[in-house]
Amino acid sequence: MKRAAILVCLAGWAAAAQADSLMPADPMADTQLADPRQEAKAKALMESLRCVVCQGQSIADSDAELAGDMRAMVRRRIAAGEKPEAIRAWMIDRYGDWISFRPPVEPLTWPLWAAPLLLVAAGLLLARGRFKRRGR
Amino acid sequence: MRKLVIWAPLALFALFALIVAGRLYKPGDSAIASHMVGKPLPAFALPAALPGRPGLASRDFAGGGPRLLNIFASWCVPCAAESPQLVALRKAGVEIDAIAIRDRPEDIAEFLARYGDPYVRIGSDANSSVQMAMGSSGVPESFVIDGKGVIRHQHIGDIRAEHVPEILAAIRAAQ
Repeated sequence: MKRAAILVCLAGWAAAAQADSLMPADPMADTQLADPRQEAKAKALMESLRCVVCQGQSIADSDAELAGDMRAMVRRRIAAGEKPEAIRAWMIDRYGDWISFRPPVEPLTWPLWAAPLLLVAAGLLLARGRFKRRGR
Repeated sequence: MRKLVIWAPLALFALFALIVAGRLYKPGDSAIASHMVGKPLPAFALPAALPGRPGLASRDFAGGGPRLLNIFASWCVPCAAESPQLVALRKAGVEIDAIAIRDRPEDIAEFLARYGDPYVRIGSDANSSVQMAMGSSGVPESFVIDGKGVIRHQHIGDIRAEHVPEILAAIRAAQ
């Protein structure tokens, strides 16, 4: 049983090892920019861009190599003076709206933006009914 | 009316369970299609990935017929799995260029010696920059580029034997 468990762990480790390249990570992937203001901008953008490998994570959180390369790209372009929203637009041009955790306001996403307002309105209506009954 | 309302939470729960079960039974497609299909190749010029083999630049695709651009890596297992299909496509007369992602010359040479070498040019993309510019999200991926340098088709994942006709059709359509 124990041996089987070790084998399973080894197999998992081997599979994970094969999924990565042998090249070191880009130095800019995990090194902060010297200018704290620029680093803050880069960090905010990285936290709102989705990793295309580990799709639930942002590129700031993901350990995937492609996410590391994306972080390095974001930092280089911020350091070169590019606006974060321009970099986001560049990514959306390539991967679609999906790449950004911030959904754009467009007819398709109106229900998404309207939902909180509708829910609050429904809640108020419900509460009003309750209070009326209490008052009687 | 009241009797019906009492069943509403259970009905909602059943609906929720049904949706979850449906997605468990048939998970959605998590592949991310490139939005660059239909647009010209981004401008790039990659150094040679192998000594003695030309590197790859976007202008190599202008003029001439359609070409297949294969994004691969020697460390990628499905890339090895798709190599027989690439060799078959090469034999069928398809011109294939490659971009090697985060790779080393010695590893690429070993990979090609082992699995066959269908490539005319191989560019080395050490920091995935061209891969990102193309909207590609992994290895292997293959793009059909027409003679004007416009991306016409994307194949995500390894090319299996059953995908070869689809690739050939995309290349014919790009003539």
